[in-house]
Amino acid sequence: MKKLIKGNDAIAMAAIEAGCRFYYGYPITPQNDIPEYLAREFPKIGGTFLQAESEIGAINMILGSAAAGKRAMISSSGPGISLMQEGISYMSGSEIPAVIVNIQRSGPGLGGISPSQGDYFQATRGGGHGDYRTPVFAPSSVQEMYDLTFLAFDVADEYRNPVVVLADGMLGQMKEPLDLRHPPQRELPEKTWALTGCAGRKPQLLKSLYLGHRELDKHCWDLWKKYQRIISREIRFEEVETKDADLVVVAFGSAARISKTAVKDARKEGLKVGLFRPISLWPYPEQRLEELAKTAKAFLVVELNTGQMVEDVKMSVGKDKPIHFYGRPPGADALPMPIEILDQIREVYP
Amino acid sequence: MSQDKPAREPRLVNPRPRTLIDRPSHFCPGCHHGIIHRLVAEAIDYFNVRERAIGVASVGCSVFLYDFMDTDVLEAPHGRASAAATGMRRALPDKVIYTYQGDGDLAAIGTAEIIHTANRGETISVVFVNNTNYGMTGGQMAPTTLLGQKTTTTPYGRDFRRDGYPIRMAEMLATLEGVAFSARGAVNKPANVRRTRELIRRAFEVQLKGIGLGFVEVLSACPTDWGLKPLEAIKRVEEELIPYYPLGIFKDKKEADHL
Repeated sequence: MKKLIKGNDAIAMAAIEAGCRFYYGYPITPQNDIPEYLAREFPKIGGTFLQAESEIGAINMILGSAAAGKRAMISSSGPGISLMQEGISYMSGSEIPAVIVNIQRSGPGLGGISPSQGDYFQATRGGGHGDYRTPVFAPSSVQEMYDLTFLAFDVADEYRNPVVVLADGMLGQMKEPLDLRHPPQRELPEKTWALTGCAGRKPQLLKSLYLGHRELDKHCWDLWKKYQRIISREIRFEEVETKDADLVVVAFGSAARISKTAVKDARKEGLKVGLFRPISLWPYPEQRLEELAKTAKAFLVVELNTGQMVEDVKMSVGKDKPIHFYGRPPGADALPMPIEILDQIREVYP
Repeated sequence: MSQDKPAREPRLVNPRPRTLIDRPSHFCPGCHHGIIHRLVAEAIDYFNVRERAIGVASVGCSVFLYDFMDTDVLEAPHGRASAAATGMRRALPDKVIYTYQGDGDLAAIGTAEIIHTANRGETISVVFVNNTNYGMTGGQMAPTTLLGQKTTTTPYGRDFRRDGYPIRMAEMLATLEGVAFSARGAVNKPANVRRTRELIRRAFEVQLKGIGLGFVEVLSACPTDWGLKPLEAIKRVEEELIPYYPLGIFKDKKEADHL
């Protein structure tokens, strides 16, 4: 049975379903439904909701609860996510798992509250300092807000790493039918590393400081090996009519959703157009794109920004096939209509 | 020397606390971190909570807490120890959570975190080491640097017209409802060490009794960055620090508001 649910609420529901009982947050539009939902629901099930003094405070509270071995989540939007980068870097360095949800608004700076995909670089390139990576999942429906948040907890725990769910204000604020069924939780290793007091064992330490001879060198390569495992196992994408496509539209999240309609309309006109939608933005599905580059004649990247993911497409596709870009930076009434993307498809169609 | 007196068994009057790891200190000669570490370890032993205790180390010389305390330890980002301790406290209601932070960490970059942690009345114990400068980074001005004090970033002395005034954290935090205990001690002489031992113990006690946050500021010497010999540094604590940062208890709630 499906229920009509708002995207942000779906994230909060998935967190509860995944066993998350610790949420720390700070108000910012357009993600406020998530803390409000959990502030209402957590007390009923013994969860901890705390409104922090800032996103800096909030991410470090997450760090503390997650270090104790608990499932913890935080959500925010652009400016708040910027403030959390320090904590995300420390959690990556100390290998403390948690889920970080970014309901993107527009920037830079205070920007605006309209949907945007301007935080792609921040999310996929590790917006904080140092040599680290975080898996990034990009939903494009309310169903995926739920499914990918549920998945994010498992991926975080499996690899002891922060995981980002990168949505936006459109996905967060819209309602769609949601199927609450989900695949079973993964078999996960016990959290023997958690700090719970040293009764019955030796004292443990979670840290990211390595000053000894070649200690940090080793630590960074160990992390790298873990990232390679994530690359080999956690890539996700969706393809729509790409098999015979001469033109492949590449888009994620909201942009992919709108593009999907445009691709279907293009097919009705007899144009051989497909959609390639990365769901994991890191690790990026570059291998599949590389394969598509052998059959497709051209690519059209659509993003709600001035061009960020297009760099990953260029790296995957190479220079042999033309890569067009259609960007719609955010702003009031700036979301493209499917017809506008269809116009682009017609214009660049090989 | 006469041989006919029976030999006395050597006996340590103050043996090493169980919680303090037997390891040579790598702090500078004359630094007070070693003494303060010991006092924290003694408090943990006193309440017999080593196996329930989790320390939150901060950034600066105080990060090395994890090399010396035989408890679980989490390393928090600069200034964020009290926020991380909040997350720990909420996740582990029956554990004993303590932070150990320097003055740059707690009184500058972590001011927002400590004020709101204190204001929420988190039942944690905070040990705040005030040596009036940023020690690990080489002796820059801290919010606690005294007026006129020369540091590497106040080479002509701290001037209130440019840098404001040295901040008194123990007094300030005492004004917050969530704080159960707030005090300042020093470890520059045995009498003060004994007094500070009591203060740190009380900062743990208010946590264990659920009364609220326990806060102890400890004045500490930093001979290396002060450019003084250890004995001169001890003298400076007495003659310059204590007159501006008075020792004492600024708040001691006997029971929690909700009791």
